[in-house]
Amino acid sequence: MSEYNFDRPDNDGYVLEIKDLEVIYETDLETVHAVNSVSLSVRPGKTFGLVGETGAGKTTMALSVLRLLPDRTGKVTNGEILFNGQNLLELSDEVMRKEINGERISMIFQDPMTSLNPIMNIGDQIYEALKYHNPENKTKEELEKRVEDTLELVGISKNRKNEYPHQFSGGMKQRVIIAIALACEPELLIADEPTTALDVTIQAQVLAMMSELNEKLGTATVLITHDLGVVANMCDDAAVMYAGEIVEIGTVEDLFESEDHHPYTVGLFGSIPNLDEETDRLQPIEGLMPDPTALPYGCHFQERCPKCFDRCIKEHPQLLKISDTHFIRCHLFSDKALEVNHD
Amino acid sequence: MAVADKNKGIALKRKGKVKEFWRRYKKNKSAMVGLVLLLFILFCAIFANVIADEEAVTRHNPEVRRQGPSAEHWFGTDIYGRDIYSRVIFGSRISLTIGVLSAALSLFLGGILGAVSAYFGGWLDDIIMRIMDMLMSIPATLLALTLVAALGSSTTNLVIALALSNLPSFARLTRSSMLTVVDSDYVEAAKAYGARNGHIIFKEVLPNAMGPIIVQTTQSVSNMILTASSLSFLGVGVQAPAPEWGAMLAEAREFMRQFPYMIISPGIFIIITALSFNLVGDGFRDALDPRLKD
Repeated sequence: MSEYNFDRPDNDGYVLEIKDLEVIYETDLETVHAVNSVSLSVRPGKTFGLVGETGAGKTTMALSVLRLLPDRTGKVTNGEILFNGQNLLELSDEVMRKEINGERISMIFQDPMTSLNPIMNIGDQIYEALKYHNPENKTKEELEKRVEDTLELVGISKNRKNEYPHQFSGGMKQRVIIAIALACEPELLIADEPTTALDVTIQAQVLAMMSELNEKLGTATVLITHDLGVVANMCDDAAVMYAGEIVEIGTVEDLFESEDHHPYTVGLFGSIPNLDEETDRLQPIEGLMPDPTALPYGCHFQERCPKCFDRCIKEHPQLLKISDTHFIRCHLFSDKALEVNHD
Repeated sequence: MAVADKNKGIALKRKGKVKEFWRRYKKNKSAMVGLVLLLFILFCAIFANVIADEEAVTRHNPEVRRQGPSAEHWFGTDIYGRDIYSRVIFGSRISLTIGVLSAALSLFLGGILGAVSAYFGGWLDDIIMRIMDMLMSIPATLLALTLVAALGSSTTNLVIALALSNLPSFARLTRSSMLTVVDSDYVEAAKAYGARNGHIIFKEVLPNAMGPIIVQTTQSVSNMILTASSLSFLGVGVQAPAPEWGAMLAEAREFMRQFPYMIISPGIFIIITALSFNLVGDGFRDALDPRLKD
């Protein structure tokens, strides 16, 4: 059997702890700093939301947990990824695939249309995930039964077990993908914008189902999204990412109800159209994310920030503690800060 | 009791896949035609010594030469008085062997080169592909002639020359097929649920990359048979007195106008064989792709 024990000591502590993670994509021409010193913690059974624009580094961070970064260019240059206390970065590729991927930590991707193998029926695809892990050495029949149970869990009739992906609609495909991910009952699920490719009504259904499963199975979830509504609905804790860094992190109450926010967060909330008011134009945040191959000195948000002042250009802000759970990376709060979190 | 039923259920499922494949193949009319033709040619090749006379293939009968089809000689006799029917039937063995062997060799070598190219990339990929480019620019006939001139006329050399001529297309096809599939989202998803590289290559990448390769293989066989025939027609390759269809056409060329029957039967068999492989290949490809269902 394995020499590793991935169970949480004393059933205490975090399921996932990312500490000072730095990830780059290195090509011959340039180096892209995708993730810059990111730290976050996911509590067992809870949902952690990761919000940000396209290009913020959310997907890169998720991929590094399961060692899915592109072989030749993606590199983790610093930091630790602790799963129940064990640093995943120290494990070999083989151990990752054998014992972590799919068994303790699962991931679901953004586009359900292309995430399933087109020439295998869905029952077989779920079966494969079970077959590769089978820690209790179940028999074939027991595994087949488990496939059927998992399908029922996500609301698909087990009579459809032998059908092919193209015979399912987008929302159902995503359910199949969730079934594959949860087949081995992992402790942590990383969901990278799972409903972005689906229309709003299906999105609501799939999210409701994920909520239910989270309650039933107690799986902790990292939910990557750009939709603040989804965060409000589904998450217990959340972080806002910008240009590879976390600029604000806290519980969902901190994020939605606190008075103090990073100017980027303010911009994000401001850009959501209001149902009650009539407006002619949407309120975007002016400008674009800085070039990740040439990040500005000082605060990464300086060029787009309405509150930018001298210090922002000269000094890179640290994460400042606003409350026990709420942290903001902005010089505006340096007086208010209870403590400075050096990273 | 319940366990036995469940076991049967799983066994049925696997048999079901073959049944399913056959059911879909059956629906395709041209594929069925191709299959019938192919079975016919196979039958001729396998039971040649039952339905025809092996002796008659080489027996010269000067007194009955250049005779049209008759009760004794169903396809007539050639310029040496040999029974054309027996020669054509036994010729099927030669054509099938050459076609299948050279296609298999081409597929095997080309496939490996293509896979290696796709997997390792970099300078190895460049070198292999440039060599393929060079090989591709030499016409098959010329390549075969050169090889035979250098190494001597024999069936083996013919098979090698044919395999070499088609090598680049297999290499390029395998390479591009694999490159496309390897980047797919479902391959990434498979890594995410813990599938190992072996599983990924054989169960996710290869089966999805198979379609074009299958069609290419069967087209190759038919191509090779045609090329072999043309090479024998030119006098290169299968040597007399072997009853290779192309060689038979060569012999009959002079007498085409006076005794057309001499080229009709070998010609028709060449067509049937090449056509059958093409149709069967298409049928296979269509039947294997679940997306083309119904």
